[in-house]
Amino acid sequence: MKQYFGDSYVVFLRSMTLSLQNPIWVLVSIMQPILYLALFGPLLVQVAGVPGFPVGDSWQVFVPGILVQLAMFGSLFVGFGIVAEWRSGVIDRMLVSPASKNALITGRVMRDVIMLIVQSIILIGVAFLFGLRIGPGAIFASLVLVGLLGAAFSYFSYAAGLWLKSEDVLAPMINSIALPLMLLSGILLPMSLAPRWLQIVSDFNPIKHVVQALRSVFRGEYLNFETILGLFLALSVLSVAAIVGNLAIKSQAR
Amino acid sequence: MPEIGTMINVRGLKRSFKTPKGVIEAVKNISFEVKRREIVGFLGPNGAGKSTVLKMLCTLLRPSDGEASIAGFDLLRDAKQVRRHIGYVSQSGSTSPEARAGDEIVWHAQLYGIDRNEAKERGKHLFDVLDLEGQWEQKCGSLSGGQRRRLDIAMGLIHQPELIFLDEPSTGLDPQSRANLWDHIRKLREDFDTTIFLTTHYMDEADALCDRLLIIDHGEIVGRGEAKTLKSQVAGDNIKLTLRDNRDTQKAALCSESIAIAQPIISGNLVQIMVKDGAASLPKLAAALNEGGVEAIGIEVSQPTLNDVFLSLTGRSLRD
Ligand SMILES: Nc1ncnc2c1ncn2[C@@H]1O[C@H](COP(=O)(O)OP(=O)(O)OP(=O)(O)O)[C@@H](O)[C@H]1O
Ligand SMILES: [Mg+2]
Repeated sequence: MKQYFGDSYVVFLRSMTLSLQNPIWVLVSIMQPILYLALFGPLLVQVAGVPGFPVGDSWQVFVPGILVQLAMFGSLFVGFGIVAEWRSGVIDRMLVSPASKNALITGRVMRDVIMLIVQSIILIGVAFLFGLRIGPGAIFASLVLVGLLGAAFSYFSYAAGLWLKSEDVLAPMINSIALPLMLLSGILLPMSLAPRWLQIVSDFNPIKHVVQALRSVFRGEYLNFETILGLFLALSVLSVAAIVGNLAIKSQAR
Repeated sequence: MPEIGTMINVRGLKRSFKTPKGVIEAVKNISFEVKRREIVGFLGPNGAGKSTVLKMLCTLLRPSDGEASIAGFDLLRDAKQVRRHIGYVSQSGSTSPEARAGDEIVWHAQLYGIDRNEAKERGKHLFDVLDLEGQWEQKCGSLSGGQRRRLDIAMGLIHQPELIFLDEPSTGLDPQSRANLWDHIRKLREDFDTTIFLTTHYMDEADALCDRLLIIDHGEIVGRGEAKTLKSQVAGDNIKLTLRDNRDTQKAALCSESIAIAQPIISGNLVQIMVKDGAASLPKLAAALNEGGVEAIGIEVSQPTLNDVFLSLTGRSLRD
C-alpha cells in the first residue's frame, strides 16, 4: 500500500511536470473553461426563460453542465497521451520496473484530476464575473463531484488507450461514447425539455444524475435525494473505472 | 537446480500469438543458459523471435509454455523479484521526447525506490560513464540517435542490475557511434560486473561484443557457441568473384562447379563460391575461368563470416 502511494506520487510528479513544461498545454487548459463559458453562456441565458427549464438562476443551471462537460472532454482524451507514451517505450520501461502497476495509471489520473480541479476553479471564478452566486460549500461540493467524475473518465480513457494502442481507433470510439452520454445528460439542454421516452432513456445515464446533483448543490441544497444519488453514482462509476483501468495495465503483460 | 554461476536458465520456452490470420508461433521451444558476467547475444534475422524471448524474460510477455529462472528467481512465480534484478533496454526506446534526460532518469530511479539525491548522483555518474555529460538538461527528443540509445542504457542501469537485456542496442546508428557504443557495453562488465544479454541482427555486432552466440531463426535456436567455433564449423572458405555482366556470372558459376563444395550463389554481378581451401583453390579456379573464356574483374578470398554460419545452418542469408 505504501509502495502504491509512493509510486503513484512519482508517476504523478512526472506527468504533471511534463504537462506544465508544455506552455501550449497550459494555455489551452486555462482558455478552455473561459471559452466554454463565453461562447455557450449567452445562448443559455436566452433559453432560460422557456417553460420546463429547471428552477434556479440560469447560471446556476448552466455552470454545472459546463463543469461536467469539462470533466468529460478534459479526461476522455487523456488516453491519447498514454498511446504516445506506449509507442515511445515509456510504458514498457515502467512495467519492467518493480513499481506497482496500478500506480502507473493512478499517478496519471491524479495529474488529470488536479488539472481538472484547477480548470473548474477558473470556470467558477469566471462565472462569478458573469453573475453566478454560490457559497463556498457549494463550490467545494461541486469540485468533489467533478473530480470523481473526471477521475472515472480518465481511468476509462487510459484503459481504452492501453487496449487499443491506436489513436485512429481511439478517437472514433471516444466520440461515439461521449456524444450520446453528453446529449443524454442534460448538459447543454435540460432533460426536462425532452419528450417522455427520451427522459426515461436518460434516467439510465449516471452522468445526468451527477449533473442534477451539481445543480442541486448550486442551489444550496446539499442533502436531498438528488445529491445523494449523484454522489453515489459518481463513486460507483469511479470504482468501476478504477477496476477497468487496473485490469488494462495488468493485462499489458499478456 | 541451476548452478550458482547461472544468471539465466531457460527451459522449453514457447510463445504463440493469436492473430486474425491464424496463430503465429513466434518462439517454438527455446532452452539456454547464461552464466554470470557473460556477454551473450541472440543473432537472428528480422522476425526470428528475439524481442519476443527478451520480453518474456523481462516479465513483459507471458510465455505460452516453459519456464525460466532469472538471477535466481522464478520468472513466473517471482516476477517482482526478477524485475528488481534486471535492466531492460527495449528496441523502441524508453523516454518521452518532451522530458528532460536528467528528470527522466531520476523519476525512473524513484520507481525502484531510490531516493532523489541518490538517483541524481547515480544518474550523473552514469551520464559521465556513457559520455552524456552536458545532456542532463536536454530534452530526450533533441538528443542524437546515439545519445538517446546511451540514455536508454543509462536508464536500464540506474538501479545497478546484475543483468541487463539490450534489444538491438545499435540499430539505426552510424558506424562510428556503433563502435563507440560497443566499447561502452564492454565496459559495463568491467566496471559493474554486469551480465549482458543482447539481441542483434548484425553479425559485426555479434562478432565484436559477444562471448557466446545463440543463433535464432523462426523461433528456434539453430546454432550456439563462440563465434570463432561456429565459424570454424563451416566447412571451407569463400571466394567472391566480381564480373562484368550477367552473362559472365552464369558462365563463371558453371566454370567453378568442379571445385565448389556448394552451389555457387549469384547476386548481381557477384558470384560467391564456397571451396574447401581458399588458397589451394584459387589457381584452379583461375584456370577454369580462363578455359571458359570468362574474365573476372575482381577476386577475393575470405574466411567464413557469421553470415556463412547462418547460411550453412538455415540455407538463407542473414540479410534477406
Ligand atoms: N504482439 C504480437 N502479436 C502478433 N504477432 C507478434 C507480436 N509480437 C511479435 N509477433 C510476431 O512474432 C514474430 C517474432 O517477432 P519478434 O519481434 O520477436 O522478432 P525479432 O527477432 O525481434 O525481429 P526484429 O529483428 O525485427 O526486431 C514475428 O513474426 C512477429 O510478427
Ligand atoms: Mg526485435
